[in-house]
Amino acid sequence: MQIPFTVAPRPDTGVNNAKIGVWLFLASEVMLFGGLFSAYIFLRIGAPEWPGEIGGHMYERASDILNVPLATLNTIILIGSSVTMVMSWASLAMQRFDRYRLYMGATIALGFAFLVVKAFEYGEKFSHGYLPAENNFLAIYFVLTGLHGLHVIGGIIVNMYFMWPGARMWKTNPKQFTNRIEIAGLYWHFVDLVWIFLFPTIYLL
Amino acid sequence: MSEHSVEEIKKHVRVYMLVFGSLAVLTVVTVVVGYLELPFVPALIVALLIATVKAGLVAAYFMHLVSEEQVIRWLVWLSLALLLVMFLLFSVYYVDQGGTEIFGF
Repeated sequence: MQIPFTVAPRPDTGVNNAKIGVWLFLASEVMLFGGLFSAYIFLRIGAPEWPGEIGGHMYERASDILNVPLATLNTIILIGSSVTMVMSWASLAMQRFDRYRLYMGATIALGFAFLVVKAFEYGEKFSHGYLPAENNFLAIYFVLTGLHGLHVIGGIIVNMYFMWPGARMWKTNPKQFTNRIEIAGLYWHFVDLVWIFLFPTIYLL
Repeated sequence: MSEHSVEEIKKHVRVYMLVFGSLAVLTVVTVVVGYLELPFVPALIVALLIATVKAGLVAAYFMHLVSEEQVIRWLVWLSLALLLVMFLLFSVYYVDQGGTEIFGF
């Protein structure tokens, strides 16, 4: 059976079903990250020192133990990938499939760049034996950034599908394909949005 | 955001570039404020204000909420309201269980 209203807007909602679906999914994601943010806030309120004692040293600021320049670089990378993602949709809306390929390729590359930088950051912590079990600060740092990293990986997989096998739809149903890229973009921008809050609250405060 | 003329999209692209520039500048401001080592409360307020502006720009322009249908906007407000309710419930529970004071209560 054909899924209805994948391109045309549903008369009662005014938008197509795919868009409503992805926004509902993002609403559930708000609660997932919101719950973990709450955990972070309460762990921090209850802690006498934050980040506290790690590896026998007492740290007073998160920026003393986390790598702020690398996280800043990652912020710029992720913001840049949001721009390339929205440009890939705009290219399709302007019937420029060649440019879509370029921008989508850039989005995927920037997604991988984010993960590589993150891997360096994690590697630095692991090499010092700073694991999640060390203290509450490291536990919530790894949980929040790890879950965010998993979302980046998920987004890259979806984008790679639309870059290669999924792109065949451009020839058969260009409008639906353009909608799909807009919707994949909504998810990718949400992942960027989560990082916009993670970066200052975990690294800088 | 369904049907657009090429001219309209070109206007959108100019806005996307402006938003990108604003986000980059605000990221630098966030980091500079972080290095100023302000006391915790002012640092928290500034960091959250900047993050909210950045998130607002991403949601409004990249996620097209400025020109989106009412039903989507309501969905966004509803999810933010539920997030607030969840946080308030956790706060009440935390204080009830003998946790430290939150915001003077």
